[in-house]
Amino acid sequence: MNRFAELLDRLAYEPGRNNKLRLLAGYFREVGDPDRGYALAALTGALSFKHAKPALIRDLIASRTDEVLFGLSYDYVGDLSETVALMWPKAPTISQSFQSHPSPQPSPLVGEGQGGGYSGRDADESPHARHHNNPPPPTLTEVVTTLRTLGKTELPKQLERWLDELDETGRWALLKLVTGALRIGISARLAKTAAAALGDKDPHEVELIWPGLSPPYLDLFAWLEGRGDKPVNRDPAPFRPVMLAHAIEDSDFAALDPADYIAEWKWDGIRVQAVAGRDELGRITARLYSRTGEDITGSFPDLVPSLRLPGAIDGELLILREGRVQSFNVLQQRLNRKVVSPKLIKAFPIHLRAYDLLGDDENDLRELPFAERRERLETFIGKLGDPRIDLSPTVSFASWAALTAARADPASAGAGEDADAVEGVMLKRRDAPYLPGRPKGQWWKWKRDPHIIDAVLMYAQRGHGKRSSYYSDYTFGVWTAGAGGDELVPVGKAYFGFTDEELLQIDRFVRRNTTEKFGPVRHVVHEPEQGLVLEVAFEGLQRSPRHKSGVAMRFPRISRLRWDKPPREADRLETLERMLKAETVEVEA
Amino acid sequence: MRPQDILLPAAAGLCCKPGGFHIDPVRPVERAVITHGHSDHARAGHGAVLATQETLDMMRLRYGENFAGSTQAIRYGEEIRLGETCVKFHPAGHVLGSAQIAVTCKDTCIVASGDYKDAPDPTCTPFELVPCDVFITEATFGLPVFRHGDAADEVEKLLASVVLFPERAHLVGAYSLGKAQRVIKLLRQAGYDAPIYLHGAMETITAYYQSRGIDLGELRPVKDVKKGALAGTITLAPPSATSDLWTRRFPDPVTAFASGWMRVRARARQRGVELPLVISDHADWDGLTATIGATGAGEIWVTHGQEDALVHWCRSQGLKAQPLDLVGYGDEEESEAPASDEAEA
Repeated sequence: MNRFAELLDRLAYEPGRNNKLRLLAGYFREVGDPDRGYALAALTGALSFKHAKPALIRDLIASRTDEVLFGLSYDYVGDLSETVALMWPKAPTISQSFQSHPSPQPSPLVGEGQGGGYSGRDADESPHARHHNNPPPPTLTEVVTTLRTLGKTELPKQLERWLDELDETGRWALLKLVTGALRIGISARLAKTAAAALGDKDPHEVELIWPGLSPPYLDLFAWLEGRGDKPVNRDPAPFRPVMLAHAIEDSDFAALDPADYIAEWKWDGIRVQAVAGRDELGRITARLYSRTGEDITGSFPDLVPSLRLPGAIDGELLILREGRVQSFNVLQQRLNRKVVSPKLIKAFPIHLRAYDLLGDDENDLRELPFAERRERLETFIGKLGDPRIDLSPTVSFASWAALTAARADPASAGAGEDADAVEGVMLKRRDAPYLPGRPKGQWWKWKRDPHIIDAVLMYAQRGHGKRSSYYSDYTFGVWTAGAGGDELVPVGKAYFGFTDEELLQIDRFVRRNTTEKFGPVRHVVHEPEQGLVLEVAFEGLQRSPRHKSGVAMRFPRISRLRWDKPPREADRLETLERMLKAETVEVEA
Repeated sequence: MRPQDILLPAAAGLCCKPGGFHIDPVRPVERAVITHGHSDHARAGHGAVLATQETLDMMRLRYGENFAGSTQAIRYGEEIRLGETCVKFHPAGHVLGSAQIAVTCKDTCIVASGDYKDAPDPTCTPFELVPCDVFITEATFGLPVFRHGDAADEVEKLLASVVLFPERAHLVGAYSLGKAQRVIKLLRQAGYDAPIYLHGAMETITAYYQSRGIDLGELRPVKDVKKGALAGTITLAPPSATSDLWTRRFPDPVTAFASGWMRVRARARQRGVELPLVISDHADWDGLTATIGATGAGEIWVTHGQEDALVHWCRSQGLKAQPLDLVGYGDEEESEAPASDEAEA
């Protein structure tokens, strides 16, 4: 576990992709089976044990430390695993363990605090981990295999034991692992690339066989080290790594020729891969994958019967009612449900809108140019002839000006009544093969212009994680008529959209213009003549009884700082209400 | 006598009415008593300043000869009558010359500890525990997530990295007063005897440390050294410089930062630190709580830093405790960490 923890720790600080690869490859080379295989599984999100809920970790730390101190620490550090790893107190020593009866104010920190002493803390630091007789810390394999078989009720005790046995970094890595949230800036792709480097293989080769492999990947490592044959992927319906688009900037168009591109609508749903294939007995297996390769078939059983032709479709999951695409808000109500009831299925009929065809029966189409795959897709969808699966239409255009017009008004450019569900347009090079990841210059996304308002910064809160020393979460408001004249009412929160430089500027502004502090929240001056105006961009509006203003924004972000604008000139709530009305009318029309 | 009749927070800083002075005032006052030389505690422009010789010297080096109307040096353990009070200086273990100030009036003793640490530091006099009725403690690292560990282990980490990357320069961000000299001394104690390079902003104070008999081995200004010659070397620089254009003079530098803040990953990452070194000149959580308990004080005043957590802890121990809302310390350290809220930690 400690070697794995050390790897995670170094990766977390290493900014360079090549250095990360070197660290990973070095680890795979040095560490033997099966530990390295479980490490690869952890880094690719392939571990199958049930993850511990953050609530369990909270309970554990609550049993060992003071609740208020934990709360303040968590607020400061911004990461649950790290907070617990740092403040985890060592187990009570034998001499203290007789305190089974409730003692007055048994703060568990007393032992820690008083034990250290203030003079010569170095000389007799025996209370610290140096000379303890604890069992050796667990190996990664031990942790993973134990977690697999451990009953739910035994988990807390086991975790507690491990936390006592590991050092700070080890505890941090353990908690990251058991909560299933490593988040150290390593993609599954990077981990597989590092593994591939072990045998000088193309990472793409590893990707192709990956769905048939399972931890601890003994066969994979044997192949990579030249000790075994290449593993064969026997999964009849494997996931194929998804191809993604770059956001296009105005300046990009100059270098692009419209004739090289096919445009289509970007639907506001969930990007999925729908795969069907025959197993050894000739039976069809169908699976639905999220864009990260997560198997989400279980959430959409109503789509499975429609996936009866062997092939792999790249498409968008949508809710269709009477042939009309519903908004993302509607789709959202079908997501993350534990039980998919017949009632839910009926109220939210699922639909797949196809963009691309990656496989047609036994044939892998990914090397073909997009234009050709598109033709194959049209044939495939036609042959399937299923009302639940249709083709995403292309948008014809001869010039960028024409496409600009189509994007501005999808309703008259072919999207018709479904225009509300159009998020923008996608541009795909006619000759682009289907490449995993986000290759440069192949696919572009061009979203519709967001809504924009000018709002006033009201409160600021420290960010989490990387931003824990910055005031980076902003609550902003707009003007409305109050009892004593105009007042600001909060309408939303945003914590991104600004540049690093702008973050520094806002942070400085917040610190210099704080009028009150409420715990981690700073109340920032917001008077008609004094304050900071933020230009806020957002994708949509909803009525919300939970917000004082009655409206909630979708995807709000700071698009500009308006140092030039006095707060009194910021927008009013009525403006938002008008936007809301306009949106509702569109939907109901 | 009620403690608040002796010392009370005022706009200019902690004010002692019966003694007629302020402790570490942030605005110019008639009489200032100063704990240590860091710029958030020692400012220029006071009428009379009472401090240790080292602190006075540092102020002179930073602000020039005329930094105060008049000055008076005091030694550790020396006692001086000021108005109706008796003032005594005790070592704080924070940086060279740093002091805790014990103010006694009638039968009540208050210790204003300034910044302090109870961990060993080869460049200054060790912290002395002063029994008192009211203890004024800092809370820079007043959260139980802050446990600093042994500074020597961190220096080993730095040396291991130098061995691992002989073709790269190691750039260690460290506050120029105290931390830099401590890191250099720790490197020497770990057996590193190659020349250590200094950013220009470190030279004066470091030379002062040497003049006070602290042996730091061979030090060289990094200015004018050729890029290639810096491979495999260690350079100390103010933290702000390590993310500056200035770093381009180094071959593929590894950026380290010696600070208690490095305990928290996000802190290290947002600064682009690749090699965090947890070395602090402030007491960590265990140090703070141990010291508070050991002073025997029944009442604790908590200032600059994470007051809430430490006040809560004190109360859970049955101690009377309150945050002292002093502004201007740590939080707005301007000279070395612009646009950040980090104290000289």
